Amino acid sequence: MKLFSIMNSKTLIIAIAAISILSTGCAKRLDLVPYQSISSDQALLSESDVNAALIGCYDAIQSGSVYGGDIMVLNELTGNTTNIQFTGTFQALSDAYNGQMIANNSFATSTWVASYNAINRCNKVLTALDKITSSPANKNKVEGEVLFIRASLYFELVKLYAKFYGDGDYSTNVGVPLITKPTNAITTADYVKRNTVKEVYDLVTADLVKAESLLPASNSRYATKWAAAAQLSRVYLMLGKYAEARDASNRVITGSGKSLNSNFANLWFTFINGGGTTPAEYLFYIKLTTQDGVNSLNTYFGRTISAIPGTSGRSDCKIKDAHIAQYETGDLRKNFFVISGGSRYTQKHLDKYGDVPVIRLAEMFLTRAESNFRLSTSVGAAPVDDINLIRVRAGLPTLTTVTLPIITKERSIELAFEGHGLIEAKRLKTTVGTLPWNSPKLIYPIPQREMDANKSLVQNEGY
Amino acid sequence: MRKNLLLGLIAVCCLMMTTMAQNLNVKGKVTDDTGTPVAAASVVVKGSSTGVTTDAQGNFSISAAKGATLVISAVGFESKEVVAGTTSLIIGLSSGVKGLSEIVVTGFGGAQIKKDVTGNIARVRGKDIEFMPTPSVDAALQGKAAGVFVNSQSGKLGQAVTVRIRGNSSISASSQPLYVLDGVPVTATDQSTYGGETNPLADINPNDIESVEILKDASAGAIYGSRAANGVILITTKRGKAGRTTVSLNIQQGNAEATKRLGMLDSEQYAKLILEGAAYNDAQDGTPITDPYSWTSYVKGDILDYYSYGQWSKDPTKTYNWQDQVFQKGPYQQADLQIRGGSDKTKFFSSFQHLEQTGTIIGNSLVRSTGRINVDQKANDWLDLGVSMSLSRTLNKRLPDDNAFSNPLQAIALMPMTPFLDPNTGLPAGAPPGDVNIPLYYNPVLSVKYGKFNQEVYRTFANSYLKAKIMSGLTFQTEFGLDYLSQNEEGYFQSQTVRNQTRAVNGIGNNTGTFISNFNTNSYFNYTKIVGSHNINATLGMQYQESKAKYNSVEGTDYPSNSFQKIASAATKTAGSSSQTDFSFLSYFLRSNYTFRDKYLLSASGRIDGSSRFGANSRYGFFPAVSGGWIITNEKFLDNNKYVSFLKLRASYGIVGNAEIGNFPQLGLYSGDAGYAGVSGTRPSQLANPDLRWETTKQMDIGVDFGLLNNRISGEIDYYNKKTDGLLLNVNVPATSGFTTITKNVGLLENKGVEFVLNTQNLVGKFKWNTNFNIARNYGKVTDIQGQVIEGGVSSMNRVMEGSPVGVFYTAEYAGVDPNNGDALFYKNTKNADGTFDRTTTNDYKLAQRVVGGNPNPKFVMGLTNNFSYKGFDLTVFFNAVSGNQVNIYGMGRYSSANMLYEDNNTVDQMARWQKKGDITNVPQIRLYTINGSQASTRYIVDGSYIRLRTVSLGYTINPKLLNKFKIEKLRVYASAMNLLTITKYPYWDPEVNSDSFDSNIAKGNDFYTPPQPKTILFGVNINF
Repeated sequence: MKLFSIMNSKTLIIAIAAISILSTGCAKRLDLVPYQSISSDQALLSESDVNAALIGCYDAIQSGSVYGGDIMVLNELTGNTTNIQFTGTFQALSDAYNGQMIANNSFATSTWVASYNAINRCNKVLTALDKITSSPANKNKVEGEVLFIRASLYFELVKLYAKFYGDGDYSTNVGVPLITKPTNAITTADYVKRNTVKEVYDLVTADLVKAESLLPASNSRYATKWAAAAQLSRVYLMLGKYAEARDASNRVITGSGKSLNSNFANLWFTFINGGGTTPAEYLFYIKLTTQDGVNSLNTYFGRTISAIPGTSGRSDCKIKDAHIAQYETGDLRKNFFVISGGSRYTQKHLDKYGDVPVIRLAEMFLTRAESNFRLSTSVGAAPVDDINLIRVRAGLPTLTTVTLPIITKERSIELAFEGHGLIEAKRLKTTVGTLPWNSPKLIYPIPQREMDANKSLVQNEGY
Repeated sequence: MRKNLLLGLIAVCCLMMTTMAQNLNVKGKVTDDTGTPVAAASVVVKGSSTGVTTDAQGNFSISAAKGATLVISAVGFESKEVVAGTTSLIIGLSSGVKGLSEIVVTGFGGAQIKKDVTGNIARVRGKDIEFMPTPSVDAALQGKAAGVFVNSQSGKLGQAVTVRIRGNSSISASSQPLYVLDGVPVTATDQSTYGGETNPLADINPNDIESVEILKDASAGAIYGSRAANGVILITTKRGKAGRTTVSLNIQQGNAEATKRLGMLDSEQYAKLILEGAAYNDAQDGTPITDPYSWTSYVKGDILDYYSYGQWSKDPTKTYNWQDQVFQKGPYQQADLQIRGGSDKTKFFSSFQHLEQTGTIIGNSLVRSTGRINVDQKANDWLDLGVSMSLSRTLNKRLPDDNAFSNPLQAIALMPMTPFLDPNTGLPAGAPPGDVNIPLYYNPVLSVKYGKFNQEVYRTFANSYLKAKIMSGLTFQTEFGLDYLSQNEEGYFQSQTVRNQTRAVNGIGNNTGTFISNFNTNSYFNYTKIVGSHNINATLGMQYQESKAKYNSVEGTDYPSNSFQKIASAATKTAGSSSQTDFSFLSYFLRSNYTFRDKYLLSASGRIDGSSRFGANSRYGFFPAVSGGWIITNEKFLDNNKYVSFLKLRASYGIVGNAEIGNFPQLGLYSGDAGYAGVSGTRPSQLANPDLRWETTKQMDIGVDFGLLNNRISGEIDYYNKKTDGLLLNVNVPATSGFTTITKNVGLLENKGVEFVLNTQNLVGKFKWNTNFNIARNYGKVTDIQGQVIEGGVSSMNRVMEGSPVGVFYTAEYAGVDPNNGDALFYKNTKNADGTFDRTTTNDYKLAQRVVGGNPNPKFVMGLTNNFSYKGFDLTVFFNAVSGNQVNIYGMGRYSSANMLYEDNNTVDQMARWQKKGDITNVPQIRLYTINGSQASTRYIVDGSYIRLRTVSLGYTINPKLLNKFKIEKLRVYASAMNLLTITKYPYWDPEVNSDSFDSNIAKGNDFYTPPQPKTILFGVNINF
């Protein structure tokens, strides 16, 4: 007690106050949580959670690096040098255009990364389908949409980053890694190898077939049965499976009840002229609003034209005279360019907010025509009739007979600068500038960051 | 652990109370040379450890034997020894130079005489940084302390400043030091949403600062535990002094200009080069240059004439130097009023400041007003209380970040034949209704004329305290502090800017609010006891800090006209958001200092830190440190040595942490920001890591403090070794997983180095000359990052690599130009079988292996200050220098020092291009649009060393006797200049650069059309009443 005898009451009061302040329990205040995010294990507990995660999949492919436009831009810049003069200052794009890509090409990286990010979102949703209990139809719809998105991504990836079908043996050529399970933690299993091109196509085909069967015929701005069938027709066309391509495109034409817009020009400027109304001809597209989304096609192909308020873009892609020379006299599509500052620009991508079409109906007629022609069949319609449908809309006289070159030329003019350049060159085995269709320079590098992070991957030739 | 600590605390309190003693008193008073009392001076009986400090009146009483020597020392004064007499003593101290008698602040109420300090603490006096046109305290530290590297991003006002204490000790976490203002850790990270990073420390009035202490080693820093690995900067503001109230008024006015302009091609040179490139293309194609479809014809018509509104072909000599359009003279004015005084019960310090600064780049200005009051009150014989409070408003009219076409300096890329004004409209080139696609790129003048972005910050720093004396030597202090930051940013871009702001067809405006409340409590016991030869000091306490940051923003387009600029008038609200993020720290700390016979010093400290940022499996960390010192000159064999007046050896070792790892990096998360076309959506956004924790730095420091020739020469030498492990890395994972990185504690890096400080009094007497010199060399090396490739910066050229310092430039090695054909050459640098490198050259860039081609971290950092005074004149000349670092100029170089690859105007050195066989030059042949040597390479890695006359200040103080009748105590007039002279080989504007578009921990030393530092000359008058 001697200790305390020297302390007066003041001292005691202070000491007690001090100790009580010091020992105030604040430990619980360390358990803070974020406000804009929730714990992963709380994210997919109900049907509405799964629906929100599904929207997240569309958000992922809306990315400028995916269907927001880069996939189409890269296909054009690499595969359509005959018609495009690229003058932009983005080194990665100029390298893609000049066939000088290096392994750390930033666009090759961002498209890869964003696509697999989207694929993981899809895989997450696929594991939570059992939460959709309101109706089997709703469950089918969600599953179909996710399978459609995932298959579309793998299809785009294998076209960009691997040898084309027909370039060697596709059952041994390396494709891209197939990931079908969501990632919850990084384990050794995540250091994946590249699957073969065939394995990728097998999954893409199976998923799209299943998606077509599950999806409804109409589904607002989201994926429909016809979107899946249309994508499937593209896959079959790449694989040279013309009967399947023909039948898939025919199912879209006959089943969707859609027809071509009567005026070609109305397919574009949908925001500037139509306030954002999507043309009925679009079978699948990326919706852009003033609040959400960037149209990369507009970024690189567009230009600010004083005479057309609302236009914008970096003026990077100028259209060469050689392209214009391919049009027949009287073709309305030939006028669908604008000269500004001494250079020519396509009007397809002047609109900053216009929706980005991924597949439109005109392509189905062209696919059906080509497939029928190659098979000497007339399923749905004779090839010449399908081609005339396209020609008439473009203000051209009808033909009485068609040849394969006529059909493919019509395809290249109708779908010019919409992202088909590279694939058409490879499919038809033509040259790209001075490069043969199977040149390694026309295959994108596996991104350097991916090679560095995952030693199980093999690089493409020439990188 | 917390419970044990509390029990320990109580035990320590009890122990302290048992060691009480009684003594006889000798009384005295300490004053300065004008007779003003000096408070808080230390009075120590020489040879013993008995010591006291003076009160507000300068009075003290101490027990000492008759005839004993008393050593009196105080902050800012030379120490003095007197013999204790029987009567009361009046002791006058003269204000001295920086020295061993200074008192240094050590945090949580701690203060030690410099000579007793065993850790490494650098002290910068407020006096040394006041009244300079440096808007923030961190920038003012440049060159003032050894081992502290300070680099401003650019010459934009209020921009962020990089501060590295003893190297870069992290990769993914912040490497900035912790800033503590009067006991409160302040919000110091960038909060801007536009342009580059801004500096929240610019809200502190540097002239309010009494001292800045930089805690560099683990011993000094351990009391800040998990937050001390990057060093701790303690800022202490001025407090009141008992005595007559002094009113000090300081007014200064001046002008700033950019330190440099670059030499660019004029119209004739430009046309010559671009036509040469076109002619090359034509020769390749076999087209005659006269052909209407030749490249030459295209360049003449569609480039030279088009972008000059047709003027070029009429007058090819007419040149417009676009730099003249974007640089300007920036007036600077500042007024400061400081009132300081008090009685023995109440003391106060109060200040007001108004600053108006115009940038050296068009469109940039900063206005700051601050007010402060610090009051200390003695309530009774055992209770003191007080408050410090500062309010400030800073309005910064901001520029975009460097990598924006609207960055005014990007105008340098515009063609020299493009007139400033559109001849058709008389408006700036590119303004509608004129052709908006002229000039070549967007004219940044338009964004200044037709746009604005204002950042307005209101900031409150407040701290109140209660300090109770429990018994002799034992006090308890509790503090409550707040740092409240309220920021509004408002931007509006009119339709004229649409080429840049593509959505500004009918105007675009945004408004952002940021509110950060950061509150902090400190409560601690402090115990001081002198028993015989034993001097004990101990601090024990706790700290709790909580920061809540709330953000909201809204954006709108489609305004009726440019007269309506508030979002109320926007027909379309294009974006809106609100968000919040919090963090908290709970900490317990203990520090004890022990001195035996004034010779042997021992210090131990430790801190337990818990934080919301750490994973559930490692929520608390323990950070201990020990240090010791030996004052050899107090040993008999060196006592009263003629030459060596002071010599101390010291050593420290400790563990500190870095918790600047962002909020919630440890959780597995789903974010709700994945909506699509108006429908909400979610996405997986982060993978969990419940083991995530702070980075750990183990630091050893060995030092010598010395004083020679009665301390006229004094200094410090230090060697340190810092090893950081558990580096918080954003580890790259296969993107096929859906994620690109996860945050993990992996990796090791180290920093070791030497520091040398020398302070000399070269001349004493009427003509005084003092010199302060410091130099430091740091060796940083990443030792293990588990094979990660971590890159950043311009074209991802900065890289983190094992065996190299953080952020080295990793790129191809340029080998000049092939004299035969003008091809750019690169060294192959492929590894031979014997481990050497293939030094043959190639013109195929793809074949050139990348190598470490430079290092943005300086080898040496130096500061040299010379102070002269004679009668009423005083002159300060301060140089700082960095050397051995490189800067990457590829950002601008790839376009503007690129032998005319594109239409961008080029630097005049490109005239040396290869033209014909046999030409020996470093600039390759011009090939328009075909890349020839302007790939990323060491061609664009340049020496960033510089010596800069940072400040020079000449003043004259009028003899006070002449002023007495005007009741003026002091009148000083002065002229100062900043950045008056820079000696460097750097080819672009300014080697002191960190482009704000790329600045990160690993991406330093990039120049990207970055505005240079201002050169400021100002005149001022300082009057004391």
